[in-house]
Amino acid sequence: MLVWSRSGRWLCWSFAAALIAAVYVAPLAIILAASFAGQWNDVLPSMPTGEHYLDAVSGASGEALWTSVVTGVVASALALLLGTWAALALRAHTGLLRRILDLLFFIPSAVPSVSVGLGLLVAFSRPPILLNGTSTIVFIAHMILISAFTYGNVSAGLARMSPDFEQIAESLGARPAYRLRHVTIPLILPHLIAAFSLSFALSMGELGATVMIYPPGWVTLPVGIFSLTDRGDVFEGSALTILLILTTLAVLIGLSRIPTKVAPR
Amino acid sequence: MTGGEGISFEGITVAYRGTVVLSDFSLQIQRGEIMALIGPSGSGKTTALRAVAGFVRPTSGRVRIGETDVTDLPPYARGIGMVVQNYALFPHMKIEDNVAFGLRAQKTETGLIADRVKECLRLVGMAAYVGRFPRELSGGQQQRVAIARALAVQPRVLLLDEPLSALDAQIRRSMVEELAKLHRDLPNLTVLYVTHDQTEALTLADRIAIMKDGRLCSFGPSHGLYSRPPNRFTAEFLGRANLLPVRIEGPAEVGLVRVRFGDVGLTVPAHPTLAAGAECLLCIRPHDLRLAEPHHGNRLGAAVTHVQWQGDHHVLTLDCAGTVLRLVSAPLREPPAQGAPFDLGFAQVDATLIAHE
Repeated sequence: MLVWSRSGRWLCWSFAAALIAAVYVAPLAIILAASFAGQWNDVLPSMPTGEHYLDAVSGASGEALWTSVVTGVVASALALLLGTWAALALRAHTGLLRRILDLLFFIPSAVPSVSVGLGLLVAFSRPPILLNGTSTIVFIAHMILISAFTYGNVSAGLARMSPDFEQIAESLGARPAYRLRHVTIPLILPHLIAAFSLSFALSMGELGATVMIYPPGWVTLPVGIFSLTDRGDVFEGSALTILLILTTLAVLIGLSRIPTKVAPR
Repeated sequence: MTGGEGISFEGITVAYRGTVVLSDFSLQIQRGEIMALIGPSGSGKTTALRAVAGFVRPTSGRVRIGETDVTDLPPYARGIGMVVQNYALFPHMKIEDNVAFGLRAQKTETGLIADRVKECLRLVGMAAYVGRFPRELSGGQQQRVAIARALAVQPRVLLLDEPLSALDAQIRRSMVEELAKLHRDLPNLTVLYVTHDQTEALTLADRIAIMKDGRLCSFGPSHGLYSRPPNRFTAEFLGRANLLPVRIEGPAEVGLVRVRFGDVGLTVPAHPTLAAGAECLLCIRPHDLRLAEPHHGNRLGAAVTHVQWQGDHHVLTLDCAGTVLRLVSAPLREPPAQGAPFDLGFAQVDATLIAHE
């Protein structure tokens, strides 16, 4: 405990509460209020309505919600696959090669998403690989942006796992594929779930790269929200934002409830 | 249920980035034998075991299990069972699935797996715990399951890497007894037992190999190695030893020599290579030193410097002409006072001459 006196602790708690309220709660509360507002000409919104939500789940906005979920799931699954593969392959290596490849895998997390979008746009807008105008380029952009997090998460899981488990499995006659399926993957499952959850959350909120490359038929929710607010339709944009938050939370809560059977000893 | 085979190390050298951790290591372990590999940390004992398991690739030399050269085989093709210090039971599997793991991995007929699992768990007294998860068991119970899991695959050899180190002293003692019983039940099982605990090694092993700095320092039958240590390191590492600097004067009766320690002449068993005039060490175990009695031909005058009671025995520290000696005796009703003179004696047969290194 850093602060010993009761009054000091109260002061700290009050300051923290005010900070959280101003930085986290207030913006969310305002978006929530706006999503139900018919008008907002005074200090508080007026003429409450649920129409923005009806608009949000139907037509183009509804499609954007579905597009975001599909993009998030596909990109996260691809990133998880690649990140796990890379983490499994690289853990056997040490020294310079490991450091260089580690750096390569972490670069996407340090590069601005706009740069990734621009890079993909330039690279895949002409033959031999023409992806501009397809949903594939959106999946690839999201996968590149989140793969560093999956790689980092899975690498951490593998580093925490005692090598004894895999070695004992091998000594008992388990070939590499059997060992991977029955020992390694189940033991790092909490890390895989965490990696997928983080990837999905990041993908659901991704705008910078997507706005540069999305084709007309594959508008994600953040792009939709950006377009709505850009046109001045703040209330429907707020309703979509709340739906984006709720959908992401629902998926994350669902993922966190997957039983892993791996408990710390 | 387990048909064992011997293990041969043939000139095994293991180096990591130029650092040699095991050097030209050769050792034969007979079928059905328990060989303890002991030594201080970094002596190379675990590396030797891992070379048999296939987790360490020798820089040179060959490893054989029975007649098979396994040096280039992957671990899963070697037919071994292994138990490690932290048990490494798979935490996401129940006990029965842990024990069945190797059988399933080797695609054993499903009908046989249940019987084999039951038999192995019964052998280690864990048959009642099949449905539990490892986290629901104590350390000792987990280690029993780990042994059952290793035995279930009917290994050609059983490798035990400090299997009792994580257990507390009381459980460790009972586990040593259980391992000894297990080997009586499975007399053909060849066991390579790596430990730093000399008591475990002396209790369990038929033969002991002592490692030092990546090399085999000495090996032989446990009793012989203890009672006739071939070198100073063995004498000091395997039990405690009093080492007196002596000079060989010449032969005495058959098989005996006269040696001189300061002003005192002693008669002790001869050394096969040390001749008259050689400066060497005389090793006497602390429990072989006694308060001198009339029949003791070998006597040493000493003074008590410290008396320590350790429950079931006393340890006396003595100064004998500038050399510190330790004597272990049954609890004394009236321990000698500090500084009191103490007339030491020992039997000829209990002394061993050791060459200076």
